[in-house]
Amino acid sequence: MNLLSIQYRRCTTSARYPARLFALLSQFLWILAGTVSLAATPETSTVEASAVIPRLADGHPDFAGIWTNKSVTPLQRPTELGEKAFFTAEDAEAFRQASLARRDRDNRTNDVNDVLNAYNDFWWDSGTEILPNMRTSIIVDPVNGRMPALTKTREAELAAAQAATAERCRQSGCAINNGGVMAPAYAPEVLDLMTRCISFGTTVPMLATAYNNNYQFVQSAGTLAINTEMVHQVRRIPTDNSAHLPSQIRQWYGDPRGHWEGDTLVVESTNFIGRFYGNMQAADENLRVIERFTLSSPDILLYQFTVEDPTVWQQPWSGEIPLTRTDGLLYEYACHEGNRGIQNILRAARQEMKAAAP
Amino acid sequence: MQRSVLCSVFGSAFGSLLLLPALAQAQSAATASTPDLNGIWQAMNTANWELEAHAAEAGPIASLGALLAVPAGVAYVVEDNIPYLPAALEKRQANRLQRWTADPEIKCYMPGVPRANYLPYPFQIVQGADTILMSYEFADAVRTVHMQDPGPAPAKSWMGWNVGHWEGNSLVVEITDQNNQTWLDRSGNFHSDKLHVTERYTPMGSDMLLYEATLTDPEVFAAAWTIRMPLYRRKEANAQLIEFKCIPFAESVLYDAIGR
Repeated sequence: MNLLSIQYRRCTTSARYPARLFALLSQFLWILAGTVSLAATPETSTVEASAVIPRLADGHPDFAGIWTNKSVTPLQRPTELGEKAFFTAEDAEAFRQASLARRDRDNRTNDVNDVLNAYNDFWWDSGTEILPNMRTSIIVDPVNGRMPALTKTREAELAAAQAATAERCRQSGCAINNGGVMAPAYAPEVLDLMTRCISFGTTVPMLATAYNNNYQFVQSAGTLAINTEMVHQVRRIPTDNSAHLPSQIRQWYGDPRGHWEGDTLVVESTNFIGRFYGNMQAADENLRVIERFTLSSPDILLYQFTVEDPTVWQQPWSGEIPLTRTDGLLYEYACHEGNRGIQNILRAARQEMKAAAP
Repeated sequence: MQRSVLCSVFGSAFGSLLLLPALAQAQSAATASTPDLNGIWQAMNTANWELEAHAAEAGPIASLGALLAVPAGVAYVVEDNIPYLPAALEKRQANRLQRWTADPEIKCYMPGVPRANYLPYPFQIVQGADTILMSYEFADAVRTVHMQDPGPAPAKSWMGWNVGHWEGNSLVVEITDQNNQTWLDRSGNFHSDKLHVTERYTPMGSDMLLYEATLTDPEVFAAAWTIRMPLYRRKEANAQLIEFKCIPFAESVLYDAIGR
C-alpha cells in the first residue's frame, strides 16, 4: 500500500534524468578506472599524501560539491563470504551482475504483494557498481562485516513490539508496510517515518537507499552544511568543536558537532529523538554516531562512521564508503507537500475499520 | 583596504558608500571582493502576519486571549499597498477570510520565496564559492543559490530555481519557477506560478543585511512591487538552528478527517 506513495514521489523527480545521465556516465568511467587500480591495493583508507585537494581560505579541506554513496556494495556482508573483506576484480563483477539481476527480476506472485514487488530496475537509482574500495560490505567492523548482535533487552523489546503489531493486525486497520509486513495504518503516528516523509534513513549515517542518493556539501569557515537530496534534510555541522545541545533537545537526525583532526573532519552526533527508518531502525535515543570525512583525492571523499548505542547493540560497529563526486545538480525533493500516498493509506485503513465496526 | 580608501575619498559625495568600512569588517572570512553573508539571520517584524500595514487584532482561539493574537505592524511594502489586478484582489480577500485554515504555513509546507526570509524562525546562510546554501529552520526548507548559471529549471518547485550574482556589495538572486501553492504571509497575500522574484542582500555593517525583494507576476500584480526590511544576525553566543520538523505537528489537521 505504501508503495503508492513511493511511486508518486518517484514520478515527481523524473525530470532530473537528462542531467543525471551525464553524471552517471562520468562516474561509471571513473569507477571502472578505479576498479582496476584499486584491486591490487585495496587499502584505500590511507590518504595519498601527494593528492592536491581543494582548501578553504583557513587551510582546511573544502568538501564542496555533490557526492553520492550509491553502489551495489551491501551494508552487511553476505554470510557465505565469512571474513573475506575484499573482492577480487572477478568476484566483484560476478557479485555486481548477480545483484543487478536480482533487482530486475520478475517478482510477480499474483497476490497483494505484487504492489510491493512491482519495483524493477526502472525504479532504482541505487547504484550499479561495487564501491571503489572493493570491499565486500560497507561494514568493516566487526570483522564479519555485519551488524553486531542486539542486547538481550533490546531484542526482547523489539520482539514484544512485533508481537503487539501482529496481535493488533488480527483486526482491521492494517496494511502491508514498506518492510513487507502487516502493520497498523489507521493514523499517521503509527506509520513509518518514510511514509510520513520525515526520514528515509539516509542521513545519519549516510546510507544509500532506492534513489536520490545525492548529498550537497557547502562549506564555510566554521560550518559544513550537508543537504541530503532525499526529503531535503539539511545538517548544519559546526566545525568549531562547540558543545552539544542540552539533553532535553532531541532531533530526528541528532545534533552534529565537528572538529578537525588534521585534514579529517570528525563529527559526533547525539541527542537523537530515537525513532528511525531503514537500517538504523533498531536504534534508540542513546545512539551516538561518529563520522570522519577525509578527501582521499579531489573526487573521492572517504566517509567513515562508527555507530554506538549501548542499549541496542552489544558492541559498536563501523562502516566505510568512498563517496564519489557527481557533476549533476541537486533538485528539490518535496515529499510531505505532495504526500498523497499517506492519505490513501489512511483512507483505506479507516474505511476498513468502519466497515468492520458492529 | 582598497574600499576604505575609496570610501574616505568619495564617501561624502556618494552617500551609499558610507556603509563600506563596516562592510570591509564583515568580509573577514570571504574573499577580498565578496561580502561574507555567513551566519544565522532573522527578520524582527510582523511581515509574516501581513506585508501591508495592519492593526492588532484577536487571534483565532478565543480561549487563548492575548496569546497568539496578531500584533500590529507598518507596511513592509515600499509602495505601501500591493498592486493587485482586480480579480487577484478578490482572491486575496477570499484567502484572507479563510486564513486560519488555508495558509500553507499551517500544513508545514515549504514556505517559498520571499516568505521564508521573514518567517518567525531563523535561517542560516552557508556561503561557498559556487553555491550559497540558505537553510531554514521552518520545515527544513532549503534553497541552493547557484552562482554559476545552472541552465533552466527542470520543473516548478516550492523554493524555486535560485540563480545568484554579485552586484557591488549586494548578493542578487533571481528566483523563478516556484509553484503557485505558497502564500506571501498569513493574511492571504499570494502569487501565481509566473512569479519572478529579484532579491538583494546588502550588508549594513557586520550584523545587519538590508533585504529587498521585487516581485513581478503578470497574472496577479499590475506592476512590480518591492518588499524591504532588515535582517538581523542572531548574536547569542549559542545561536544555532534547531530542528523544527513540523510534519508531526500538522498531521492532525491534514489527515484527521480523511476516511472517517
